[in-house]
Amino acid sequence: MEDMIFYDRLQFAFTITFHYIFPQLTMGLSLIIVFFKWKFLRTKIQKYNDAALFFMKIFAINFTMGVVTGIPMEFQFGTNWAKFSELTGGIIGQTLAMEGMFSFFLESSFLALFIFGEKLMGQKLHFLTGFLVFLGSWASGWFILATNAWMQHPVGYEILDNGKFVLENFSELFSNPWLIPAFLHNQFASVVTSAFVVASIGAFYILRNKNLEHGKLFLKTGVIFGLVSSLLVAFPTGDWNAKNVAKYQPAAFAAMEGIFETEDAGAEIVLIGQPNMVEKKLDNKIAVPNILSFLTYQDWNKQIAGMDQFKKEELPDNIPALYYSYHIMVGLGTIFIGIMFLAAFFLWKKKLHTIKPLLWSIMFLVPFPYIANITGWYVAELGRQPYLVYGLLKTSEGVSPTVSSGNTLFTLLGFVGLYMLLGLLFLILVGKTIHQGPKPVKH
Amino acid sequence: MELFWYIIIALVLAIFFVLDGYNFGTGIIHLFFAKKEKDKKVVAKAAGLFWDFNEVWLVAGGGMLFMAFPTFYASVFSGFYLPLIIVLWLIVFRAIGLEFRGQFNNKMWTSIWDTSFGISSLLLALFFGIALGNIVRGVNLGGVENSNSLYEAHYFFLPLWDSSFSPLTEHPGVIDWFTIIIGIIAVVTLAIHGATWIRLKTNASINEKLKKAIFNLNIALAVLTIFSLIIWQIVNPNALTNFIERPYLLIFPILYLIGLIGLFFIKKIKKDVHSFILSTLLIIGGITSSLASIFPVILPSTNPVNDSLTIYNTAASNYGLSVAFNWAIVGIILLAIYIIIQRRLLKGKIDKMDYGH
Repeated sequence: MEDMIFYDRLQFAFTITFHYIFPQLTMGLSLIIVFFKWKFLRTKIQKYNDAALFFMKIFAINFTMGVVTGIPMEFQFGTNWAKFSELTGGIIGQTLAMEGMFSFFLESSFLALFIFGEKLMGQKLHFLTGFLVFLGSWASGWFILATNAWMQHPVGYEILDNGKFVLENFSELFSNPWLIPAFLHNQFASVVTSAFVVASIGAFYILRNKNLEHGKLFLKTGVIFGLVSSLLVAFPTGDWNAKNVAKYQPAAFAAMEGIFETEDAGAEIVLIGQPNMVEKKLDNKIAVPNILSFLTYQDWNKQIAGMDQFKKEELPDNIPALYYSYHIMVGLGTIFIGIMFLAAFFLWKKKLHTIKPLLWSIMFLVPFPYIANITGWYVAELGRQPYLVYGLLKTSEGVSPTVSSGNTLFTLLGFVGLYMLLGLLFLILVGKTIHQGPKPVKH
Repeated sequence: MELFWYIIIALVLAIFFVLDGYNFGTGIIHLFFAKKEKDKKVVAKAAGLFWDFNEVWLVAGGGMLFMAFPTFYASVFSGFYLPLIIVLWLIVFRAIGLEFRGQFNNKMWTSIWDTSFGISSLLLALFFGIALGNIVRGVNLGGVENSNSLYEAHYFFLPLWDSSFSPLTEHPGVIDWFTIIIGIIAVVTLAIHGATWIRLKTNASINEKLKKAIFNLNIALAVLTIFSLIIWQIVNPNALTNFIERPYLLIFPILYLIGLIGLFFIKKIKKDVHSFILSTLLIIGGITSSLASIFPVILPSTNPVNDSLTIYNTAASNYGLSVAFNWAIVGIILLAIYIIIQRRLLKGKIDKMDYGH
């Protein structure tokens, strides 16, 4: 049984981590593409249209990868987490089915038109199809976050005698207090990723001294989008989420922040430190007193419950992983704000494209927004443990009763092999597109 | 409400098989008929242009199944664990074959992805047929042994195959001689469908050859159909009672027959669109007839201890289904609008179309 849960969790974690590389880019990139197309409509300057079409190609590759790695996610609810599906399908099935109905169809119908239709429909309609693709990709995020929000903070349900969750109030699924902050935080974070990608390709062109005009445009657009979105990720949305966790999942909050013992007055904020699970304390700690209480409750002396206040079964089962994920996410977010702020300053001074070290940093920082986004998901998911539906359904009660751990290990290895191949091909393809550059390719 | 959702989901999945079915079919044709590079390119393009839009129907159908019949979703997906995961892998392989073949102009590169696209299409068609075979054959629900349920009444687990390969043993696997034959029927049907699609959408030089191939495949299909009806009687003696008790269900096999007989006249029919409609009827008729034969059961139990799964004992709450009914109506209207816009703008032969990504 222990093995079974371990392999099922590992498989889900692996497949969703790989999957989430793609939608986080497409959600943010669709916004930037719409921006380029809109600029082109207003100014009629060709380079904006080139930019929109160039990033559409990268979008399309990512969309494909998102679809093929997304189908296993849906399947796994039934294959590996059958008991969970049976008990909660009446509720989270709603949001997942709506995602298919309202966002996938929208996105995939108009993506084909956006890719093939520029000559067929004229510029205004082409802009509109791009906008609908954007709408579809954000709607998709909305429904997935609504599903996750219900698992984090269940609302609008009733539990029958046989343990099944039954929907009692549909509208509560979408007025869940967990949903809006989580959605906005996630969307802005995906804009950060795509802004870094856009800026990084721009920096690459400038450093290689090719496609200079487009390179400068990409850099400028990426930096502006990057600065605004990385600020919005931290405040208000990040702050708002942290307050939600403190309110609804206090045990997870204590583990995230690394508070082992409750202080009498005011909790400190931990900047650096390694959780020591044997002695129940942080090693090598650097912390600032009372800040956490202020940030969470606007009261310097408000008490915050530490991990000592909870029973062992209520605490997340992997506290160090949760703690590190959270601190990596916050730390990277802070670095992004700093870098983008600096870049924006030199952009304003019209000197950015001459400052080589900054261009190199922007170019090489591109994997880190991905890491920040993925660790952000880990924070949410590890924080919810040991529950699938917070406080109501344990993870151990959700696995498929008939699938053995050997089968799950076999399929996990299959996914690892397949996804390694897929990842390699993806990099080749994106590399080729970047190498070809933004000029429209002749057929 | 259960009935409404059953029909909607069956419809969505049937549309998936019609739309993505021609992709499977083009893959099979690609494997066996397209020898020249020029043809390979056109045939791959005939599939590649729309596959992600088509694949979405599977995702949407799966989501709705999850929402409306969670108990069915849970038991079938965990019960057919291994074949379903293999189907997932094949879907991924086929997609990358299609997307990547045109990316580099290198003989080895294209032939690797051509093979990957062709073989995974063939195997997917086979596996989907086998899945349908399993559903009409029924499974040992609850994993009953000596009249004792090993799991809860609706959970089961099927191995890929049992050494006897017989559907008549107490513990048949996913693959046995009955489901293999249904699988072969699916392969032949989808090959026909793919061929009619290629004729409809392209001016490939193999199109004349395909006309003959459709005719020959159709003869094979007719023989297999009759044969399958006989062995179906052996596997499940009550296979036809539903049609006798509810004669209106006969409409579904009649659709299949129209497709099957119509395709014999294909040599005389000029319009490619007619043959595509006929092969569409084959698919829709075949799937709906199979489902109708066991209705309202959706997974028959082969043991007397546990009840079969029906649309009534696996459904979500009535409130949930009614709420979803409301948003589904909105969704269907929107979807119809998208499709009309999309197909109007992308109509015609695709040879000349700009195919960029």
